[in-house]
Amino acid sequence: MSKKVEHNIKAYGNNFTTMTPGPFAIKLRTCKIWQFIRFIIINIKMLVVVRKSH
Amino acid sequence: MARLVVLGGGVSGHTAATFAAKWLGSAHEVVVVTPNAKWNWIPSNIWVGVGEMSKEEVTFDLAPVYAKAGINYKQAKAVSINPEGSELVNKPFVTIEYTLAGREGMTENIEYDYLINATGPKLNFGATPGLGDANGLGEFTVSVCTADHAVHANEEFQKSIQKMKKGERQKFLIGTGHGLCTCQGAAFEYIFNIEHELNKAGVRDMADIKWISNESFLGDFGVGGLHMKSMGFAVSSKIFAESLFTERNVDWIIGAHVNKVEKGKVHYELLSGEMGEEEFDFSMLIPPFAGVGLKAYAKDGTDITATVFAPNGFMKVDANYAAGAYENWKASDWPKTYQNPTYGNMFACGIAFAPPHPISKPMSSPNGTPINPTPPRTGMPSGIIGKAVAHSICDRILQGENAPLHEASMAHMGAACVASAGKGIFDGTAAAMTIYPVVPDFDKYPGTGRDTDYTFGEIGLAGHWIKHILHHLFIWKAKLKAGWTLIPE
Repeated sequence: MSKKVEHNIKAYGNNFTTMTPGPFAIKLRTCKIWQFIRFIIINIKMLVVVRKSH
Repeated sequence: MARLVVLGGGVSGHTAATFAAKWLGSAHEVVVVTPNAKWNWIPSNIWVGVGEMSKEEVTFDLAPVYAKAGINYKQAKAVSINPEGSELVNKPFVTIEYTLAGREGMTENIEYDYLINATGPKLNFGATPGLGDANGLGEFTVSVCTADHAVHANEEFQKSIQKMKKGERQKFLIGTGHGLCTCQGAAFEYIFNIEHELNKAGVRDMADIKWISNESFLGDFGVGGLHMKSMGFAVSSKIFAESLFTERNVDWIIGAHVNKVEKGKVHYELLSGEMGEEEFDFSMLIPPFAGVGLKAYAKDGTDITATVFAPNGFMKVDANYAAGAYENWKASDWPKTYQNPTYGNMFACGIAFAPPHPISKPMSSPNGTPINPTPPRTGMPSGIIGKAVAHSICDRILQGENAPLHEASMAHMGAACVASAGKGIFDGTAAAMTIYPVVPDFDKYPGTGRDTDYTFGEIGLAGHWIKHILHHLFIWKAKLKAGWTLIPE
């Protein structure tokens, strides 16, 4: 998976200096247990921002 | 009995009108003037534009909702404002022209005690030759700015998919259609939905997808970019966005002013002054925004439009319009109460208020062409501002005209943004971001201009679930269903 993303980088092209996710980072994005935890955390963070904004 | 007239029924106007009607009760009157029969949850137009939602799922009829709220609803567009009245009428009034079937073109003067201008933008397709004209969207590109536009965009998108299935390679060009556009976020979300759907249809390898925008760097988003906490670093949104584009094999052109659109080709000028052309088979380009063209007249009939409105057609409010060069900009330039400085009973909210200046640093090509994003005033800030303005007016009606005004500066306000690709519960993904404050305050937060404890970004399913929830939550709220006041803007 990580190799596939790396293959999109074009030497000295627009995207040559950016970072790309590895297989672990990509796996975590769709791991339901981890994402459920992140869902709770992101919701709390967003509610704090909403509260600070009113 | 006092009368509050709200011009516009979008996110800001609808929020202002519904809260005002609740707080004022039946002792006072709230009138909403909007040319549209339906309310549209615009963020979900993106899903309509790729065929994942129908128009009916992102819109609903306004009339029954306003009837329930006790709001006097007029399906009409505002034409002009007489903030001093006229030689025949002493009270201020607004002139409207009906768009309601059967009454099209009929005009009426509505007197008011307080006025909220929440008309939103005019989609200024005519600013770029070939992108459209005074009548709207042109024939060469598509748009997702309205639900009808999004339905059309999906029809064209499906044609491209069919061509690819028959072995015909397609070029997709998504972004902004002018050097002074805003709403890069909508185009950003759309390009990743396009990429997601092409993968789903099994034709991704037949597509070349490219981004074109007026941002000076990828991830500017019209807010001068942002730094977010990630893995112990304060990471620039440039890195975040470039990584997303690279991961999905999407190339980009930035710092571009699209100056002409033809069938299958755009012409553009870069910040470097270089001119270029890009061919496409399918293109969605966001148009620049302008004020809706409201006029204003003094009591004697003198045209005072330039007093009430900025040159771009947006209404002047309590902002500092004399800040000058970028080096002089301050967070305090941004309006707090959204009260018109000339007429104290007029307010503007949402996109309709004239910002003091952009948020992103203004730039231009060596040819003098300005190429920089204009400031976003949509979504969460739009709703918060609408509610604050409604609160101020209700207090003045109920407590007297010296009641203090409520404040909602974008320099003290955050925003949450979720750009989601796909609609399936487990096969979608999203970039979820919060930014605090929207307008950077470099005095309070040296360096990044923002509080990195409250500015973050993350990619994954979690954000995608939040996007789903927000869709249903905000439509529930806009329909004034049980508990709607508990749902924050």
